[in-house]
Amino acid sequence: MSAITLTLNEELVTARQGQTILEVAREHSIHIPTLCYLEGLEEMGGCRLCMVEVQGSARPVPACITKAQEGMVVATDSETITEYRRMIVELLLAERNHTCAVCVQNGSCELQTLAARLGVDHVRFDYLHQQLSMDASRERFALDHNRCVLCLRCVRTCDAVEGAHTWDVRGRGVTSRIVADLDRPWGESVSCTDCGKCVQLCPTGALFRKGATVGEMVKEREFLMRLLERRRAIQGRQS
Amino acid sequence: MKRLRLATAWLGGCSGCHMSLLDLGEFLADIAGSIELVYGPLVDAKEFPENVDVALLEGAVANMENLELLQQIRERSRIVVSFGDCAITGNVTSLRNFFSVDDLLTAVYQAGPGTLPRSDEAGQVLPELLPRVLPLHQVVAIDAFIPGCPPEPDRIRTALESLLKGEAVQLSEEQRTFG
Repeated sequence: MSAITLTLNEELVTARQGQTILEVAREHSIHIPTLCYLEGLEEMGGCRLCMVEVQGSARPVPACITKAQEGMVVATDSETITEYRRMIVELLLAERNHTCAVCVQNGSCELQTLAARLGVDHVRFDYLHQQLSMDASRERFALDHNRCVLCLRCVRTCDAVEGAHTWDVRGRGVTSRIVADLDRPWGESVSCTDCGKCVQLCPTGALFRKGATVGEMVKEREFLMRLLERRRAIQGRQS
Repeated sequence: MKRLRLATAWLGGCSGCHMSLLDLGEFLADIAGSIELVYGPLVDAKEFPENVDVALLEGAVANMENLELLQQIRERSRIVVSFGDCAITGNVTSLRNFFSVDDLLTAVYQAGPGTLPRSDEAGQVLPELLPRVLPLHQVVAIDAFIPGCPPEPDRIRTALESLLKGEAVQLSEEQRTFG
């Protein structure tokens, strides 16, 4: 694997060909905020929180899906970028009903933590107050559209890791909704295996264990890399 | 030294933020000499006074009374602080924004069990509800925000310490979370 050199926040760093800007930054302990990105799942560049400035590029690029290139000059933080990131979080908070005080995920929510980290102490946009439903038809888990940020971690893990492809997305833009089995109540899904991977990887309180009340939902995400490494080891044995 | 003229107000909220303020305990005694509490649920004052230095406002703007008081507070205060999640986001108070005011009043006061009150006294006395519950900064300019439901006493303390020194409120990352 050939090595490349690029400038990251005014420091020369070495990276391997094919690595994304985000991967290189993390290797060098540079924090870039992310929401839809999760190590182990296919990157999709959806939330745009990981946007960085690349010299010569007129607009910021998402670090999770942009490959590092020889000679690239990258700034992971600037006043403009921070302002964009804040705006994204504020728009997410305004779009659906993230009432942290009464959410199962209060205290361990990635969106809540991001907002605090970026200094979002109020939302400048009007709240949409969309009337959104909750699907509690499944025996063990429930889906609350009020808290969903459409990161699609559930869709990606169900498809690529569990292999069930229960989850998908219906609609476009602000009307997009996560749906099970081509839009039927989750409880009627025949493809869902009740494995709970989607629930554990959901960054907010959109997917949760039924019976959990305010602040009770604590998620464990480390299983993903453990599982993928184990799977690689098994495949290595077989080939 | 001139004492800080501090006011608090209770708009559309549950009073939990004021409870948290009281949870400051001994710190309140420590700062008692540096502040003059001029208005709020903890003080017997009918009118919001002039020349207030800092106003801590709990709750969202839910009705006409909240709206008028908020505008008066803004005119008469140097620094207005959104105190707690209801003031900042609408929070629980704004959960009624999913319904029209008519539907809401019908559901709560007419459609439920029991007999209806015979007079329209309540209709004449109670302040009119706004079509939508609003965070304070959508109505007037706000100078500082103390998030939390309720804000932990240490957040209030950090904010008050800055305000007493005449500095801008700077909460740490851990002190800034909603909820």
